Amino acid sequence: MRRRNLPWRLFVTLALIAVSILVVFPLGNKIRLGLDLKGGSHILLECVDTPEAPVDEDAVRRVVEIVRNRIDQLGVAEAVIARQGERRVLVQLPGITDPQRAVELIGKTALLEFKDENGQTLLTGAYLKSAQVQYDQLGRPSVAISFDSEGAKLFAQATTLNVGKPIGIYLDGKLISNPVVQEPILKGDAQITGRFTLEEAQNLAILLRAGALPVKVEVIENRSVEPTLGKDSIDAGFRAAVIGVVLVLVFMFVYYGMLGGLADLALVCYVLFFLAVFVGVRATLTLPGIAGFVLTVGMAVDANVIIFERIKEEYRAGKTWRASIEAGFNKAFRTILDSNVTTLIAAVLLFSLGSGPIKGFGVTLSLGILCSMFTGIWVTRVLLDLFADKIKMKGVN
Amino acid sequence: MEFIKSTHIDFMGFRRVAYVISLVLIIFAVASLLVRGLNYGVDFAGGTLLQFRFNREVQPQEVRVVLEKINLSRSIIQRFSEDEVVIRTLRIDKDTQDRILQALREQFQEVKLTRIEDIGPAVGAELRRMGFIALLSAIAGILIYVAFRFEFKPAVTSVLALAHDGLVVVGLISILGREFTIPVLAAVLTILGYSINDSIVVMDRIRENLTSRKKGEEFFQVINRSLNETLSRTINTALTTALPIIALLLFGGKMLQDFSLAILVGLIAGTYSSIFVVSALWVDWEKRVRSRG
Repeated sequence: MRRRNLPWRLFVTLALIAVSILVVFPLGNKIRLGLDLKGGSHILLECVDTPEAPVDEDAVRRVVEIVRNRIDQLGVAEAVIARQGERRVLVQLPGITDPQRAVELIGKTALLEFKDENGQTLLTGAYLKSAQVQYDQLGRPSVAISFDSEGAKLFAQATTLNVGKPIGIYLDGKLISNPVVQEPILKGDAQITGRFTLEEAQNLAILLRAGALPVKVEVIENRSVEPTLGKDSIDAGFRAAVIGVVLVLVFMFVYYGMLGGLADLALVCYVLFFLAVFVGVRATLTLPGIAGFVLTVGMAVDANVIIFERIKEEYRAGKTWRASIEAGFNKAFRTILDSNVTTLIAAVLLFSLGSGPIKGFGVTLSLGILCSMFTGIWVTRVLLDLFADKIKMKGVN
Repeated sequence: MEFIKSTHIDFMGFRRVAYVISLVLIIFAVASLLVRGLNYGVDFAGGTLLQFRFNREVQPQEVRVVLEKINLSRSIIQRFSEDEVVIRTLRIDKDTQDRILQALREQFQEVKLTRIEDIGPAVGAELRRMGFIALLSAIAGILIYVAFRFEFKPAVTSVLALAHDGLVVVGLISILGREFTIPVLAAVLTILGYSINDSIVVMDRIRENLTSRKKGEEFFQVINRSLNETLSRTINTALTTALPIIALLLFGGKMLQDFSLAILVGLIAGTYSSIFVVSALWVDWEKRVRSRG
């Protein structure tokens, strides 16, 4: 019965293969890599209340904005800065090699204060117009700042009152410089010379330009992977996947002969379709995702094993070869469906409840199960109908 | 080639031995979980994990000496590869992390910080809660499916087998002192979903064979026949799934080792339990019912 549609089914299969090849090749960098493979930082910030600055809606919004400003100045391509829930901000920085610097830049409040001898605050970084790295007379990195008009007025006043006395420059309550005022500064320009390294000066300039955070922010999660380590993971995962596929191909051929050869063709189709769907839905590959894929390679041929075993049984029971195939498929169908549904339940849960990299595992496992059911049942059937007569006697018995 | 020809193994004859094996496994697993507990990874427990790469082979002991100098001797130091070392501590702030890097640089010159996993207590607690919900929902989902698919008795024994598989995997992680991390939890969930399959196949066959029962065939004989008929399927599906996982365990890198190990053990436990737990318990249940009636 079903054989009558064979040309049509063959056409659909070949068309799918063609489309998949077009989607997948050249593979290049079509697969989006997660931070654990590409390298980069996943940093979760939480705004916390302090007696001076309780967290409110507006504060969180400004935190997002300021953090975005700071990241922009770091020049990270494809950075993600997104609010999560009420008080959290997620920062994802692909490809950065120095996560510690990112944390330094993101998590600092960066409240700049100028205080007189008695600890009275004269003015703050809120009045800053710009901040640039400069070198002082001795070639040491320093940060040149200039105030806006109001700040310039305040600063002129402060320096006039404190000639001959030190003005302490504090960053987040920590004294970074304590210069003595030589003469009143009226234009609103000043230079902060601490004992900075170049990077420290650059960080400070970025922080001052982007502005101080309105509330205290804590890093509550930081997962960072250096790109070379991510590369190692890709290499190891790829190697394991290739070896895994080859082992299964060999096993099926050795055990089931020509029938196994058909299963092998179906498995190659599986890998192709899986990649096509993965690229098509723009899913992100993570290290656990690679593990999920490797796992589905074995599961994909399970359908073939179930079908072949059933066909063999029917054949042994005395049915004709073609009737055995028909019965084998029909009886195995329910089993294959059942097997996959229960695994799919677990996979979808990981997908929806999991966070971060493990989500990638749920994604590949779910996609893999769906693709493998298609190749295991549909593609195998087409192949069997095509080649059944040729392999009749060799494969079984 | 055919390794498994039609077999006539008296599986049910071995079931008492199997009960003893399963009980011992479960007792060991539960005892270890009670006494040693689970060694939660940084993601669940909170804390800081730092991985460093050096330009030469470095022993954990050398790193320990450095950490002792900055009063962090209570950290767990593990070798990741020849030139890589992982340090795990209670949660430390960024300044302390930088101090470790500084101290290591003074001692070993070229040191690269290649991985940070820094999880605050609130996030750790959330991940634990989420993991727990995922586990419960998976079990609930599978239970609902099984309730629709099976009759009452095999449904109950299948679920017992599932608990058996889960306990064996988690117990082994505990006994080996491996870290219980999110990937390991994912492995356990996957095993729960996958291992019920074998039970389903066997149950389906038993049901099929019960309706076409040969004359004078005892209940346990039907089960034996069903198990033998499905044996090559049971073993081959387990094998084909195990092969790529073995590749992952051996070649997939250190990061996926615990995951692969958990899946592999779960596969073996699941295959074993579908034969010796699901069916065997059903046989004894039927026997008891009959001897009473």
